[in-house]
Amino acid sequence: MSYVLSTIINLLVSTSYAMTPLTLTAVGEITSERAGVVNIGLEGMISVSALVSVAVATQTLNPWLGLLAGVCAGALIGFIHGIISAYGKGAQIISGVGINIFALGFVPYMIIALWGVAGYKQVPEAGRIPRIAGLVSPIFIFCVLIAIATHYILFRTSLGLKIRALGEEPQAADTLGVHVERLQLIATVYGGALAGLAGAFMSLDWLGTITKEIAAGRGFISLALVVFSNWKPSLALLGGALFGSSWALTEWLKVLPGVKGVVPVTIINTLPYIVTLGTVAGVIGRARPPRKSGVPYLRE
Amino acid sequence: MRRKVLIEVLIKTGNVVAAMTVGLIIGGLIMQAYGYDALHAYYSLLRHAIGNPLTDPYPLTSTLSLATPLIFTGLAFAVSVRSGLFNIGVENAVYLGALGVVLASGFLKADTPLVLVIGSLMGLSLSILFALVAASLKVFRGVHEVITTIMLNWVAYWLVEYVRVNVFPDLRDPSKTIPVPPSARIPLLVAGTELSVSIIIAIIASLTTYFVLWYTVFGYELRATGINLIAAKYAGIKTSRFMIYSFLLSAVLGGLAGVCEVAGRPPHYSITTGISNLVGLGFDGIAVSLIGLNHPIAVIFASILIGALNSGVRGMQIEARVPFELVRLIQGVIVVSLAMPGVLSTFRKYLSIRRGRMEVVS
Repeated sequence: MSYVLSTIINLLVSTSYAMTPLTLTAVGEITSERAGVVNIGLEGMISVSALVSVAVATQTLNPWLGLLAGVCAGALIGFIHGIISAYGKGAQIISGVGINIFALGFVPYMIIALWGVAGYKQVPEAGRIPRIAGLVSPIFIFCVLIAIATHYILFRTSLGLKIRALGEEPQAADTLGVHVERLQLIATVYGGALAGLAGAFMSLDWLGTITKEIAAGRGFISLALVVFSNWKPSLALLGGALFGSSWALTEWLKVLPGVKGVVPVTIINTLPYIVTLGTVAGVIGRARPPRKSGVPYLRE
Repeated sequence: MRRKVLIEVLIKTGNVVAAMTVGLIIGGLIMQAYGYDALHAYYSLLRHAIGNPLTDPYPLTSTLSLATPLIFTGLAFAVSVRSGLFNIGVENAVYLGALGVVLASGFLKADTPLVLVIGSLMGLSLSILFALVAASLKVFRGVHEVITTIMLNWVAYWLVEYVRVNVFPDLRDPSKTIPVPPSARIPLLVAGTELSVSIIIAIIASLTTYFVLWYTVFGYELRATGINLIAAKYAGIKTSRFMIYSFLLSAVLGGLAGVCEVAGRPPHYSITTGISNLVGLGFDGIAVSLIGLNHPIAVIFASILIGALNSGVRGMQIEARVPFELVRLIQGVIVVSLAMPGVLSTFRKYLSIRRGRMEVVS
């Protein structure tokens, strides 16, 4: 009995960890796409922020400063991407691909430059985020709150209405006196900050290390989560829980007696993705993206 | 009419060149900041991207060989964009195309060209199979292609890893799959380089794609689906069917990239750990396609541009001793700057505003 209970608690806790970075990143990206700016550089933003936060946390031995630095790093990249997309009317996808390539070089280079080791750095205990009751991460709770708050802002306030208008019909918003570029930039910075928080969470809290592959595709999975949730932050929370729990189950399966060593790990690794595919095929219907998302707004 | 097109092409090329210059300058500043000689680094980039083809063909062939898979993946993405889809599944098509050739090498265990034929067929069938999953979910269930293709990319990734680890590992070097047998390899165009016949296949593919998209009814209807889905529907075009066709075309083109990489690139002729020799080719294709404005012919030139960067990067490492990671970082900066399509136009506008002001003042 206690075995079943502890297994369930374990699975719930690991779900809470696995879902946090995905949900945070997706909620940020939803805001930015609602404002008409697509960012496929999330993967790069997560890993750069993870690195910056570890650098600051190991220097200061203060995890909260590290966390802040990670958020700022994400926001900064979001700012650059926002300037290119909103003001420069640039190709958002190319910029995003560039961010990913940049991170591919920046992260391993800085790991070597800062610590003189190749590809791997442990975060000292004093630099890690403390857990509530030794189990729950405070950032998980923050993540749930931020998803709900973002949903409220997007769908229940006039600011949210303006943001959504940018993604649907920027010209109409412009006519009504909304500062199209400025608000797009703000939304993109917000998206970057949340991706940055996700990265800092992964290195300072969840994993306690920084590696060059820390993002491990989570930026792209978050993009899928954005579509999955039909561009609604509340559903992103639910979708994050689904992705997170299937990931937790997979990790649990891998070490389960009778499975371990019998079924190849590589095959088990496909499970979360197949579960997601099955879910979207069976449950979720049509998703409708913001009409002008990803399209630069050009005045006539 | 023809002159207008020419001017447009010139302006667009000028924009790309201007954007690159901005990226190179920022990259140079970063290198100087880290204490490397930027001018020397760029000089070696140029030497290893183009060099002097008369005395040493290697740099140029290396650029072209690195451009080859990008032509395929760029085309694959361009076809999907033209039909109104954002198909990220080109990545898995690359993996699966390569997987087919490796599977054929493993199963047939014979040194015959037949391995390449059967392998390509298997690879393309696999990538078509995956594309059909995404296509039917899109058409029948309305599931957005971004979710399905990202998930399918990961399924394909782990499937290939499964084959590499558990089914056909190279017994002498477990970090790779078994190699493609010598007589099933795509022959090299220039001996002693990495440039193989693949590039000719790639150029033929791009000319064919151009012809099909712009000079056939099929292509017209496919593009109409992408330009305005509802209008196309009312014009009697079976739009769902054309979305499926677009998925299939992308799968074939992406699959070919995988086939040509694994059967045509020395020295490994196999899939390496973590699919490291294939990962990202599909995503780079997205950038290539967009730089080439989703036009099959322009995709060739965009691929050569990125290929030259990838090839020159080696020179920066060897000669200017810039670490690979830093080079990668600068490459990212350059690609980000390529996102700015209107550098030249913005500059021109700025000039004309200033000129206007000066006229007012005087």
